[in-house]
Amino acid sequence: MASGSTTSDPLRDTDSEVAVVIDGVSKHFGSVHALQSLNAHIRYGCLTGLVGPDGAGKTTLMRILTGLLAPNSGQATVAGFDVVDDNDAIHVATGYMPQRFGLYEDLSVMENMRLYAQLRGMDADRNADLFAELLDFTRLAPFTERLAGKLSGGMKQKLGLACALMARPAVLLLDEPGVGVDPVSRQDLWRMVQALTDEGMAVVWSTAYLDEAERCDSVLLLNEGQLAYDGPPGELTARLTNRSFRLEQVGDQRRAVLAEALDLESVSDGVIQGAGVRMVLRADTGSEQITALAGRVDAQLRAVPARFEDAFIDLLGGGPGGTSALAEGLSPVELASDVAVSCRDLTKRFGDFTATDNVSFEVRKGEIFGLLGPNGAGKSTTFKMLCGLLKPTSGEAQVVGLDLRRATGAAKGQLGYMAQKFSLYGLLSVRQNLEFSAGVYGLKGAARQARIEEMIDIFGLQPWLSAAPDSLPLGYKQRLALACAVMHRPPVLFLDEPTSGVDPITRREFWTHINGLARKGVTVMVTTHFMDEAEYCDRVAMLYRARLIALDTPDALKRGAVSDHQPDPTMEDAFIHLVEAEDLADEARSGATV
Amino acid sequence: MAQHNSYFAFTRLRAQFIKEVLSILRDPRSRMVVFAPPLLQLLVFAFAATLEVRNVDIAVHNQDTGRWSYELITRLDRADFITRVYRVTDSQELRDLIDQGKVIAALDIQPDFSRAIAAGDNGRIQVLIDGRRSNSGQITASYLSTIAAEVGAEANAGTGPTTPAAVRNWFNPNLTYRWFIVPGLSGILAFFSALLITSLSIARERELGTFDQLLVSPTSTPEIIVSKSLPALVIGTMLGLLMMAAAAGPFQIPFNGSFGLLFVSLVLFILSVVGIGLMISAISATQQQAILGAFAIGVPAVLMSGFATPVENMPTMLQWLAQAIPLTHFLIIVEGSFLKAMSPGDILASLWPLALIALVSLTMATIFVRGRLQ
Repeated sequence: MASGSTTSDPLRDTDSEVAVVIDGVSKHFGSVHALQSLNAHIRYGCLTGLVGPDGAGKTTLMRILTGLLAPNSGQATVAGFDVVDDNDAIHVATGYMPQRFGLYEDLSVMENMRLYAQLRGMDADRNADLFAELLDFTRLAPFTERLAGKLSGGMKQKLGLACALMARPAVLLLDEPGVGVDPVSRQDLWRMVQALTDEGMAVVWSTAYLDEAERCDSVLLLNEGQLAYDGPPGELTARLTNRSFRLEQVGDQRRAVLAEALDLESVSDGVIQGAGVRMVLRADTGSEQITALAGRVDAQLRAVPARFEDAFIDLLGGGPGGTSALAEGLSPVELASDVAVSCRDLTKRFGDFTATDNVSFEVRKGEIFGLLGPNGAGKSTTFKMLCGLLKPTSGEAQVVGLDLRRATGAAKGQLGYMAQKFSLYGLLSVRQNLEFSAGVYGLKGAARQARIEEMIDIFGLQPWLSAAPDSLPLGYKQRLALACAVMHRPPVLFLDEPTSGVDPITRREFWTHINGLARKGVTVMVTTHFMDEAEYCDRVAMLYRARLIALDTPDALKRGAVSDHQPDPTMEDAFIHLVEAEDLADEARSGATV
Repeated sequence: MAQHNSYFAFTRLRAQFIKEVLSILRDPRSRMVVFAPPLLQLLVFAFAATLEVRNVDIAVHNQDTGRWSYELITRLDRADFITRVYRVTDSQELRDLIDQGKVIAALDIQPDFSRAIAAGDNGRIQVLIDGRRSNSGQITASYLSTIAAEVGAEANAGTGPTTPAAVRNWFNPNLTYRWFIVPGLSGILAFFSALLITSLSIARERELGTFDQLLVSPTSTPEIIVSKSLPALVIGTMLGLLMMAAAAGPFQIPFNGSFGLLFVSLVLFILSVVGIGLMISAISATQQQAILGAFAIGVPAVLMSGFATPVENMPTMLQWLAQAIPLTHFLIIVEGSFLKAMSPGDILASLWPLALIALVSLTMATIFVRGRLQ
């Protein structure tokens, strides 16, 4: 199945159906092989998912298909035009929406649309019908006068889509349209794309979220520049029938159970889902070992449907083991108080914009606490106030009983912090980064050397010691950032979007460490926009429009969203359910005041 | 651990100092700021930038056929500052040469020039100056009138020379322009290097996101300021010393003052610049903003420092403002140390403002870094 050109489906090879032909395309940047002899077809009237972790080559392929990059070898045609020889025709035949669409933030919605129409050589005044249609389609009509910079992430993405659709392209290429968009707006985008494919347009939707792949008619699964799978997502998941199980209601032992399960020979992959543990068996193994495990922990074992992510992990040979060497070496954490992090009536206003509105919660020692919400919901602002990087407009935030803004060095030493995008010193080598972190946390002499060596060992950094952090694969960058954050063995760990852009296997390895640390009593505060990762948390705080709209265990949140047509909702369903309820309540409130 | 409780801990400071030095040396942008401009500017300013008028061309329209006009043109031909004398035959051509910028000045000698002089009268010459180059034009005009006066003196030889006041220039007897400009350059180059290095330092970390990481660590704001000041201080001081060595060595500018006092002044001067650079950096979100900020502050500072135009010639308001510029005070010290043996008392008079500026700017930088937490 490595190539899409040989298939039994007769429709795929008829010329009228094929929108994009990728034939032996390779691209390298220096010594990095972004794409390695890729072969695939993309059909009209079909939503094709271009799926894979960051660095898999998705954007490179997109840019080749839009004629922005020339392949080193091989050919590609889009709507019958060669991407190199008919470069000009490509720009007419395709609509391309890059990551973070190039909107002019100081122009209004309408001005942006007119500009893009004019760039396409269209007379904006004569195309009033088209404009009205696009505005209606994207539901942006009420906002035509608003500046693009003041739109929400989801609305920006819709405006970007409207601009990309301006010339009625035959092929629409969307590069990670779901990033930074809240689940509700994402639903809207899916609806729009569905309508477009129904009209016969070929739509390519690239994504790093594997759950998005399941919604596509067909997927091209990329991994490290190679095509790992080409076909309908259902076919791939079907291979895992009868291999996915869940241990229900394991409760407080779930982290220990997961660690144990992952170390079993027959288990290839496992994650925590609320109070349960979800496991995937290796091919051709029986369920005896996990049945025994279920008996030992006195929990019920249930077969569950396979997910696309299971299939992806399986394709790559399974996830990592369950033991964290990092946590093994740690002695149990002692804290004076049982409450590790707390905030009361926390509010932050920037001018007349409220980023965080009256948020209160308490995090117990040893808890993994998740802050969840779409971009702009106030996650980062709340997070920064907690660790003392921002001063609250009102209310207070405390970590281990101290306000970190006024705290001494000793108090700050209790905290480990891993910033968004793995902030490392790019001009220093990997070893120098480790040495810097050790030094700035006051480690010295032999202890310092020992701790650095320990980190190098645990995270497998040996081969990269003299490399620049920017040249590391993303997974190693994340490991290095984690190493720098935990080297001084802090009892409280703050992680801001620690897994964004990282491939699923590295994410599992990361959570193995975090689970291990939590079992030793380390308190972990984590923000994430991966809804399924919220499952690892003991409790989740959901933020929406600066407000805390829910705070509970993942299971309780999911239970709240159970309905007749959704008997087993996911975290994303739960989130959408909560947001819709909140919007309704908002409308009711504003209705009452009018 | 006791060290955690103090504002300054050696381990933390050392880690940050190493990080800063490596960052400056490995960042191509910082490296360029440190090494390229000083060498380039030293060469450019020392050899090309000059207020003297040299190598100019002039045009002459001679309508006179007598002895004295011949005498005058011969003297012009021999004059050092003139490269070429165009001889033209009508006044239109004269205008064209000035229009095209080929000559800076043109002489129109009247037909009765020699006759008038022979008659014991004043000969008349019309001098046209290219006003677009007003400064050089004026200087050229004064050179020309000196030459004309010499011709006049020779013509009236019998009546005895009229000797004007004898001028002696102290400290720089030949008014060598380089003597004035090179010591000042040492201050300007060190000023810009230190300003750019420091203004990039916090902004670079903010851009990378490492600054948040630093702020949540046990390190204190004074530690951050000290660790960011030291490398810039060392590099700025070394650059200043290098320029002074170049002045005293290859350029052979006499050094009459006290080296010890000059060194102390240099260190204080760089420290005050470092404070200003850190202030810029603390309020910049990106390196681009920081570079723009450094130039927005740096260029007017140099113009107002007294390097280009005397501070006394500026409006009173700007004179006060000039006192807040570290370069103003350092230029007085460095020029005084080179060309005259400036007394310690005079140096102190310019030294305490430097100390004050350093104190204020470093304090402000600390407050700004803390202020970003709001």
